[in-house]
Amino acid sequence: MISRLALGLYLLAFFGFLFGPLLVMGVTAFNTPSYPQVWPFEGFTLDWFAKLYSDQSLMAGLQNSLLIGVLVVALSVPLGLAGALVMTQIYPRARGLYYLVVVSPVLTPGVIIGISTVIFWKDVTAFTGTKPLFTGFFLTTLGQSTFIASYCMLIFLSRLQRYDRTQEEAALDLGASRTQVFWHILLPYLRPAMFSAAVIAFLSSFENYNTTTFAILADKTLTTVLAGRVRQGMTPAISALAVIIIGVTVAAALAYEIARRPERRKAAA
Amino acid sequence: MSNAFTAYLIFLGPPAVALVFVLMSIAERRRAGALAQPNFFARNGWPVAIFLIVAVAFWALVMIVLPSLYMIDYSFHPKLPPSQRGGPKDIYTLANYRYFLFGSPDDTSQWNSTHLHAFWITIFVSMIITVVNFAVCYPLAYVMAQVARPAAVTRLMLLLVIPYWINEILRAFAFRVLFGTGGVINAMLIGAGLIHDPIDFLGADVALYAGLTYAYVLIMMFPLYNAIESLDRNQIEAARDLGAPWWRIHAEIVLPHAKPGVASGATLVFMLCAGALAAPLILGGPKTLWFTPIVYDRFFQAFNWPQGAAYALVLLIACMAFVLLVMRLFKVSLSEIAR
Repeated sequence: MISRLALGLYLLAFFGFLFGPLLVMGVTAFNTPSYPQVWPFEGFTLDWFAKLYSDQSLMAGLQNSLLIGVLVVALSVPLGLAGALVMTQIYPRARGLYYLVVVSPVLTPGVIIGISTVIFWKDVTAFTGTKPLFTGFFLTTLGQSTFIASYCMLIFLSRLQRYDRTQEEAALDLGASRTQVFWHILLPYLRPAMFSAAVIAFLSSFENYNTTTFAILADKTLTTVLAGRVRQGMTPAISALAVIIIGVTVAAALAYEIARRPERRKAAA
Repeated sequence: MSNAFTAYLIFLGPPAVALVFVLMSIAERRRAGALAQPNFFARNGWPVAIFLIVAVAFWALVMIVLPSLYMIDYSFHPKLPPSQRGGPKDIYTLANYRYFLFGSPDDTSQWNSTHLHAFWITIFVSMIITVVNFAVCYPLAYVMAQVARPAAVTRLMLLLVIPYWINEILRAFAFRVLFGTGGVINAMLIGAGLIHDPIDFLGADVALYAGLTYAYVLIMMFPLYNAIESLDRNQIEAARDLGAPWWRIHAEIVLPHAKPGVASGATLVFMLCAGALAAPLILGGPKTLWFTPIVYDRFFQAFNWPQGAAYALVLLIACMAFVLLVMRLFKVSLSEIAR
């Protein structure tokens, strides 16, 4: 009985810690004072949301974030897929080194990936005469994909562990070409992993700050605009934006979980 | 690219290593004769094989290895205007590292106490936060993995996934709303009559440390949960039937089994904490010491990129040392940490 009570208190404390700050911030978005405050609650307002909509640079940042997110998905999912397939076939003596290389971005702080990407491409574009490519947009896509492709690769690897190679052999015996096996057997089998990888790649790109803040140069994304705003001063408009982002995140997370449920049930059965 | 020799080394070295492995594998296949597996192209078909090679070469070499090597080389050069790069002044130098240690490119009589102190604080506090996060997460991870019913686990998981995807800046902002001088906690304390003047939580780094603990708590949760979940419940039952007290069950059965999860969570939390940028920028007071903002200032205030690269490398080496320490301590392999 006492242990049940202790467990209940612990759960309450844990989830209070997890959601409390977010709830408090959410309340400030609807309160009238111009400094984010919860108490006293002086009056309900939606003005802070309207303010956001007329904020030009925030909107431009949002547009860039969405576009970069899509490009990162388009780049890092194929890279991760190739990385995982090569991992299953690579010459055994090279595997350790290869694994170290392609997994290292996961264990490297994001700021360092951003810094090395900028330094490297600044000189490479200058020496090869492709200076127009040296833009924040291009570098952010590359920098983020560097480590997001590793996430994708790990997702593909875990699904490939359960891949039944006899399916491939059956198809080959029936006269399929290697390329047909890839398109009609392997890729359909990996489709759920591709979906997971795409969702996780997009979310990781959208919320990334550490790599982006270096790689973005003169361009802007939602997170870099947001960071600038927060450092300038406290306004409930940021709380309002947080409420919107949390709302969208919750919807996306729920949709993702629901979409994955049939697959999980199959895996459990 | 001042020195042609190192430039060749950086740009041709990694492909050369890859080539050596390819040649070794060809030689080995020759020796195996008829028993050999079909080669890479025969196994995947030409179009797919070319896609795999191009994609992996681009990713592993052009995106990962070359930028890193280039950054290392860059950090050993002086800061020069573009016109002088490659000229006689572009030499190899330890000046950037000397600056980190002594606060001056050539005078070594005094330690650079601000930066060294910030570095030490960053490493030390990140370790503490890692331990705190483990302590906070372990009970819930254990309950979800071994005690709770499946339906309850699904619901708890969903509750955990939602805050996981909220970006760092908004989390830091939420903590600023809580801890600011005009913030919620101060307003409550004053309202309750406990204090008269607001407490400067930001200046005292309370907000920063709380915010960092908050930001990465779920990074510890998921690997820990996955590791404990794979433990066969019968082992716990058996120990209990044999009269083991609860703490011995945890210390001698659950924890040893969950070791890879602990190692993985600890590495990631430490790395993210030590490399955190948003939280110290937003939650730090004027005297806050954290290493990442100093790296940031090398680039955006001092405009000294080579020095910034050197500082970034110092941080990277600290993180690598921590990964190696964890691997040694927990006796786990890299593939168990990065999942």
